Amino acid sequence: MATYRDVGIVLRTHKLGETDRIVTMLTRGRGKVRAVAKGVRRTKSRFGARLEPGMIVDLQCYEGRSLDTVTQAEMLAPYGEQLVRDYGAFTAATAMLETAERLSEEHEAVPQQFNLLAGALASLAHREHRPELVLDSYLLRSVSIAGWAPSFVDCAGCGAAGPHRAFNLASGGAVCYSCRTPGSAAPHQETFVLLAALLTGDWTVADASDDTARREGSGLVSAYVQWHLERGVRSLRLVDRSSSHLETTR
Amino acid sequence: MYEGVVQDLIDELGRLPGVGPKSAQRIAFHLLQADPADVRRLTEVLTVVREKVRFCERCFNVAEDTECRICLDVKRDQSFLCVVEEPKDVVAIERTREFRGRYHVLGGAISPIDGIGPDDLKITELVRRLGEEPIEEVILATNPNLNGEATATYLSRLLRTMGLRVTRLASGLPVGGDLEYADEVTLGRAFEGRRVVDA
Repeated sequence: MATYRDVGIVLRTHKLGETDRIVTMLTRGRGKVRAVAKGVRRTKSRFGARLEPGMIVDLQCYEGRSLDTVTQAEMLAPYGEQLVRDYGAFTAATAMLETAERLSEEHEAVPQQFNLLAGALASLAHREHRPELVLDSYLLRSVSIAGWAPSFVDCAGCGAAGPHRAFNLASGGAVCYSCRTPGSAAPHQETFVLLAALLTGDWTVADASDDTARREGSGLVSAYVQWHLERGVRSLRLVDRSSSHLETTR
Repeated sequence: MYEGVVQDLIDELGRLPGVGPKSAQRIAFHLLQADPADVRRLTEVLTVVREKVRFCERCFNVAEDTECRICLDVKRDQSFLCVVEEPKDVVAIERTREFRGRYHVLGGAISPIDGIGPDDLKITELVRRLGEEPIEEVILATNPNLNGEATATYLSRLLRTMGLRVTRLASGLPVGGDLEYADEVTLGRAFEGRRVVDA
């Protein structure tokens, strides 16, 4: 059997048999990979702790017909261990991991998605910004990489220069008066400013935003992502936003 | 494919966790060749277990009455409450013979990716117990994996305000193992939870 080595972020795990797990990972070179990790549920497992969701590992696997098998895993970044100490960060990270799983395909490498997720997990683990802001920024950027980049300034329909007052999911973001269709939302202008900042990574503006804009922005981002994925992201419903008062390192 | 009830038996056995089609076939033929008295005993146990066994109304462990034998045992220390994910964790802790308090079974762990949040677990019931019973210490014994740790973090945040002593089971090196083979996370936690050695 052919073996390979890659760097992967553990997205989720499923129990298999008595002591094994099926581990789903987003790898840098092979896209989404599903592999069996044998015996990792035993307390004496040598790499069970390394294959928990949110961990970044250097992997060695051998290819199988439907599932690969993990033979070695070395820890590169134990983000999962750090994230779990803050419940808000944990729920935000879980929503990111689930979205990454939905957006990635097996054996189809998208290094930008890998780098984005690794960066977002690092930001959450180091508490650089509030968890819900990191999550919304990740969601907007990941769908942009997937080809559904929203527009929060110029009209997503005709390209007319903004700012505009309406937001339409199907059109792809802000829409002008002429392109506006029934059912479009009318968020606050501050919300548009926040969403544009999250999309471009302008953290000075994002960190200074108020709670109303964050709440409204999160709702729009969540709806936008799920509309494009054509399925609900279960973890988004359970994101804990009550820890947003916690101090960040910046 | 077999005919009639034999295939039905294989299909039903194949629905059990960890039993694949080949194993289901092997078990089915074992039952066909076994002593009829043994098979009768098995069917009786299966029927009785579904009829009699339920969840304890107080701790949600498996019980044959409204409360389990641990909750009914007056000799157990009521000031300690050990919170676990599943009834099988109660058995694992009981095997140690170290703990003489009572238990509370959550019925799983928080797992947002599977759609399981705090409201899907027996957390409201736990908080109610803490208000009604003379509990002084809550021991969080959820699994040492991501979901178990997240559940413990959530519970410690929730219980912190109730004036109780909240503790978490220690993580560290397995007895009988070699230090050089320990992974970074386990070794890191072992350092974090190190204790003073009595002379």
